[in-house]
Amino acid sequence: MADSAPAPSRPALDTVAVATGDPEREQPWADLGLKTDEYDRIKEILGRRPTSSELAMYSVMWSEHCSYKSSKVHLKQFGEIPQVTPIGPMLAGIGENAGVLDIGQGYAVSFKVESHNHPSYVEPYQGAATGIGGIVRDIIAMGARPVAVMDPLRFGPLDADDTHRVLPGIVAGVGGYGNCLGLPNIGGEAVFDETYLGNPLVNALCVGVLRHEDLHLANATGKGNLVILYGARTGGDGIGGVSVLASETFDADGPAKRPAVQVGDPFMEKLLIECTLELFAAHVVAGIQDLGGAGLSCATSELASAGDGGMHVHLDKVPLRDSTLSPEEILMSESQERMMAVVEPANVDAFLAICAKWDVEAAVIGEVTDTGRLEIDWHGQRVVDVPPGTVAHEGPVYNRPFARPDWQDALQADKAEALARPTTGEELKATLLQLVASPNLCDKSWITDQYDRYVQGNTVLAQPSDSGMIRVDEESNLGVAVATDCNGRFAKLDPYAGAQLALSEAYRNVATGGAMPLAVSDCLNFGSPEDPDVMWQFAEACRGLKDACLELGIPVTGGNVSLYNQTGETAILPTPVVAVLGVIDDVRRRTPSSFQAAGEQIVLLGTTREELSGSEWANVVHGHLGGLPPQVDLDAERNLARLLKDLVGVATSAHDLSDGGLAQTLAEGAMVSGIGATVTLEGDAFVALFTESVARAVITVEDVDIEELRALCARHDVPMTELGTTGGDALVVEGQFDVAVADLRDAWTATLPAALG
Amino acid sequence: MKVGVVTFPGSLDDVDAQRAVRIGGNEAVALWHGDADLKGVDAVILPGGFSYGDYLRCGAISRFAPVMTEVIAKAQQGMPVLGICNGFQILCESHLLPGALIRNHHRKFVCRDQLLRIENNRTPWTSAYDQGQEIRIVLKNGEGGFVADAATLARIEGEGQVVARYLEMNPNGSLNDIAGLTNERGNVVGLMPHPEHAVEELTGSGLDGLGFFTSLVERSFA
Repeated sequence: MADSAPAPSRPALDTVAVATGDPEREQPWADLGLKTDEYDRIKEILGRRPTSSELAMYSVMWSEHCSYKSSKVHLKQFGEIPQVTPIGPMLAGIGENAGVLDIGQGYAVSFKVESHNHPSYVEPYQGAATGIGGIVRDIIAMGARPVAVMDPLRFGPLDADDTHRVLPGIVAGVGGYGNCLGLPNIGGEAVFDETYLGNPLVNALCVGVLRHEDLHLANATGKGNLVILYGARTGGDGIGGVSVLASETFDADGPAKRPAVQVGDPFMEKLLIECTLELFAAHVVAGIQDLGGAGLSCATSELASAGDGGMHVHLDKVPLRDSTLSPEEILMSESQERMMAVVEPANVDAFLAICAKWDVEAAVIGEVTDTGRLEIDWHGQRVVDVPPGTVAHEGPVYNRPFARPDWQDALQADKAEALARPTTGEELKATLLQLVASPNLCDKSWITDQYDRYVQGNTVLAQPSDSGMIRVDEESNLGVAVATDCNGRFAKLDPYAGAQLALSEAYRNVATGGAMPLAVSDCLNFGSPEDPDVMWQFAEACRGLKDACLELGIPVTGGNVSLYNQTGETAILPTPVVAVLGVIDDVRRRTPSSFQAAGEQIVLLGTTREELSGSEWANVVHGHLGGLPPQVDLDAERNLARLLKDLVGVATSAHDLSDGGLAQTLAEGAMVSGIGATVTLEGDAFVALFTESVARAVITVEDVDIEELRALCARHDVPMTELGTTGGDALVVEGQFDVAVADLRDAWTATLPAALG
Repeated sequence: MKVGVVTFPGSLDDVDAQRAVRIGGNEAVALWHGDADLKGVDAVILPGGFSYGDYLRCGAISRFAPVMTEVIAKAQQGMPVLGICNGFQILCESHLLPGALIRNHHRKFVCRDQLLRIENNRTPWTSAYDQGQEIRIVLKNGEGGFVADAATLARIEGEGQVVARYLEMNPNGSLNDIAGLTNERGNVVGLMPHPEHAVEELTGSGLDGLGFFTSLVERSFA
């Protein structure tokens, strides 16, 4: 021991030998976020106290963010959904870095949505930027080339001071990182609600494409294979980010651990993408894992436990940005843009040559063993000796108490249908202008114009279309469409229905573009799991999503849970963001969202009911949230999707009805295209315009025999209503009002620039 | 014609530029920044992107890439060179074009379909357009504000070296609304907007960018 004595300023190295010989030493397990029983369990697993390095690993890997300890019991029901999409079995499902599904013609797609909420509140730019970075590495770890990103975002009120701090930084971070990677940002959401003040949500979705034969699963098999760490050097950024930031509620004074946010380097990530794909193409990778939350602790333990043996790591071989880092810090560091690969000895030279070509630093830091242990040395001394599975997968599982909140009945009884309504044509017009200019419904160009939606040259649809659509094959024109949605207000009123409504909307948005919905990824954003009210919302949302996926026959391929999104007693609206991916055989035949020409017939598909509770009208006009959300009708959604697929090439445009109802859909069709419309509404014009009944879409058709269209709709059991025709420079509701498209557009586009500059 | 498209570390629109070259009826040849070898191409495109992350001045590092030694030499002999966005920045850093490109005046990245007027159709990259033709193509940049000292600006304008100008609005604060520029000889063109994103009806902003890739066929520059 004497010849490798540590520098005097550092505490003595806590090796396995020291831990065995000094069993009673006090350890800072509580500061690292571990509970008493969790610490006891670690000692039981090891038969001794952990070394400080082992303690670091267990604490980050058993944190809420990494272990899903509060959510696991509810998430496992997604595994009950058959891992089969409407066109075939999943190629990789839940449990991998990201799910992979077959889209035909030998192509597969990997997609996943993840959260980076807490870091984005602390440091908006870097938090959002590294959120993109993390999800992109998940996709390249599957062997897929990333082809698009999307960002569902949630902010506090548009006029709140903190929104003006958080929003520009988050948007610049999403753009700054994604633009520099060369990934088109093809959509997403920006929703404002007071519960997100102090708890902004930054969810990031990435889609990647690969050939079936190029699928790579993360594992470390084969004794003697070498473990290579490549990409950025390891620094002191993000240390403890997982345990300290993502698993603790912010108290009213705000977070105290600022340095725990990581700093992104998108240029390095771009090199990492190209380098990794070239490594795959050269067949020099046996196993691979990205480094995200919990850094090396996660990558080493997950890779080793997914393989068939053990792993021996020489931690002092890790290239460092800061040579003073301790082994504990190196294990916990969340420095970005790093990957770990398992490589057969014969391929190491070729591997390192490809890294050198891309100016990516790489170091052999260990080898695969058959000991069944994860052993980590620091300058020849053993600092970690653990069964890897206990770190990666055998963390604590909590059956948190949950109960229907005692305020839920009163909330549901307070229906928006009872609120005062506009009655005259002039009042309806004023309501429409107020709604199109409201933060949730207004034009989002201020945000999306900061994102490159064109790079790679395959973007067929992007914001403000219902879904984003990407061409996958330039010869065959095979493509994919993706949409993300969630109305947290509906989820607050009824979390079971709310999750299903999120799925319904995303499913519908993929269908209106002409694609067939295939699979789901979800990002479940909720408050503190230690609050039984929140835990009930979470449990109900999971149950609702599972039931709806079973009903629609589409699997959940993976996703992410973000808990503790609350400040003090106030939890965010339950926000189960659902992403749906669909396939389209020929992107040239996609259906656009906005009106295409004057003189076309406008047809409403679906059933309209009086459903105003939770609507944007109730929110904007009355500041009201109460009642029951619109009725879920999954049969109707599926019928509508099938009809829309049959209408490809017949409908010149198709736009879903959701937030803001028919009024918003017609207004958007006109505002985006500059083409007006004249419509006649049956029954109560206010209800027809502003109710938010689901399973509906507006289509336009040209030169179509209406009786044939009626027969086609009848065949799919979808009611249709003729509304009127496109044309002119105003939106005219016969007998009620007319409003110039230019006036609508002015109101719609003015809101974000006026608030944000 | 064989048109080389250089990939620097951090180039993003290289694949798009190659596709546009092919759609324009020419042969696209991939060139690597580290190889001082132009593979016998007849023209070169420096594509858009964030070479070396743009962490230093945009284009300041790429300008020293081995391939640039060859590009600069050939450009001085009259070979057609087109720099798009980051490529335009590299051309300025290489002193093949005058002036410089700085951070947008509003300090945000901007991506929009931008209206331009072709001011000079006598270059090998713009001959397919009519003089004064208005085109709408994709613009996307964070550092696209063209600046030059007053004397340089007067010379550029006086010599007709402005190739394209922004119409309707100036998206980045460029002096004199300058979107694109050529050198005195007229063979090197730098353009801040992205014609390679306007070559297919299906993707991008229409077909208005195609002329930059068909001009080469329509005139020959031996």
